[in-house]
Amino acid sequence: MHVFGDSANLDATVAGFLWILKLTGASAVLALVLGVLLAAMRVSPIPVLRLFGAGWVNIFRNTPLTLIVFFCYFGLYTTLGLTFSDDLARNIYWLGVVGLSTYTAAFVCEAIRSGINTVPTGQAEAARAIGLTFAQTLRIVILPQAGRAVVAPLGSILIALCKNSTIVGTIGLMESASVMKDLINANGDAVVPIFLVFAGVFALLLVPTGYFFGWLANRLAVKR
Amino acid sequence: MTERSEAGELNGTTDQPLIRLDGVNKWFGPLHVLQDVDLSVRRGEVVVVIGPSGSGKSTLCRAINRLEPINSGTITFDGQPLPAEGRPLARLRSEVGMVFQSFNLFAHKTILENVTLGPIKVRKEKPDAARQRARALLDRVGIGSQADKFPAQLSGGQQQRAAIARALAMQPKAMLFDEPTSALDPEMVGEVLEVMTSLAGEGMTMVVVTHEMGFARHAANRVIFMADGQLVEDAPPAEFFANPRSERAKDFLSKILTH
Repeated sequence: MHVFGDSANLDATVAGFLWILKLTGASAVLALVLGVLLAAMRVSPIPVLRLFGAGWVNIFRNTPLTLIVFFCYFGLYTTLGLTFSDDLARNIYWLGVVGLSTYTAAFVCEAIRSGINTVPTGQAEAARAIGLTFAQTLRIVILPQAGRAVVAPLGSILIALCKNSTIVGTIGLMESASVMKDLINANGDAVVPIFLVFAGVFALLLVPTGYFFGWLANRLAVKR
Repeated sequence: MTERSEAGELNGTTDQPLIRLDGVNKWFGPLHVLQDVDLSVRRGEVVVVIGPSGSGKSTLCRAINRLEPINSGTITFDGQPLPAEGRPLARLRSEVGMVFQSFNLFAHKTILENVTLGPIKVRKEKPDAARQRARALLDRVGIGSQADKFPAQLSGGQQQRAAIARALAMQPKAMLFDEPTSALDPEMVGEVLEVMTSLAGEGMTMVVVTHEMGFARHAANRVIFMADGQLVEDAPPAEFFANPRSERAKDFLSKILTH
């Protein structure tokens, strides 16, 4: 493993994975908040909000993530001048977060919405019968139960998000996949070991994540 | 609860009905489930609604707090027509307790939280005061020791009594019961009926859809017999069970009372 014995290569690899973690972390939080809001819109009694939620899901769920991330760079940044930071890498990072969370929120919304369908209608009726408003019913009674029902699928979405964040490399962030490409270019004799190391680190991060969400889903399941 | 019972008796003497339905019609698609229904319920009165399944009695019960919107006619509660939607409707619902056939306790909250949710979120009561009142109510329906369990850990009878406590916590002006014992194992029916009977004795205004003829006989002021979306008979229980006037009621009673 002479490639990773070189400290410059090792540092670049670590830095690449740190970007992946940061992209995943920030996008996961934003996508969760946005996704829940979109799901609330999609079940609301207000047609304009329902239309907005459905529009968001249909547009961003069906557009390749590469296109969305490209648009964030060339559309939002280059053309419209949206700038988050004077530091080039930071700026690309935040543009990437915008793209990833916009895209992932569509999937979170649909997962939450399917969770809402698992909550028996009697729960909402009982909530309305004691005088809770629509928003209170959703926030206090429906969404907490819907969320618990979809912990496992949300885990899958998080795992997909983590792997998807390598796409931010296409707009110039030196995340793990870009680092791997550079290392392979420079070390043609060690393509397979390099590939295995990068794949292994992803597996090391994500396999436990999957099991953790499986465990969490069982723990939080609502008994009926 | 003694204050409430005195209030109920006092108000029972006033003429204005608490609940009043005038010419209420409701369709489910082509099905005419409520046909020109007129009904008034005085304060402190216990009205039991019976009838064959599909006769519209549950729909009638659910229409009173607008869980089921109606197509025509008017429903007034405490002198006010039912609001169509939004906060005024939520406020009205908070004054009408509802008990469902399938309990519908909030599955992710403890029994105590189920009972305190309305008082805290709707009435903006202080959590401590609400909890204290909730524990007293749970003691009253005989499940004080179950306060910190989740609904799924309780028997059906205990869940239904918790649901009654949840409705009572809102200090409602009237209580609606939509087949409260139909989903219960036979040995648990009695404990729920006992709570309902004591409520009736305290002067609570109640509309009860049920198949429990014993409860109708001893706790009701009036029995309403419904069939095919119409109010067919409206009589005191002794009179109704002894001398049903309509063929439909005679037929219904002969079917349920011969076993």
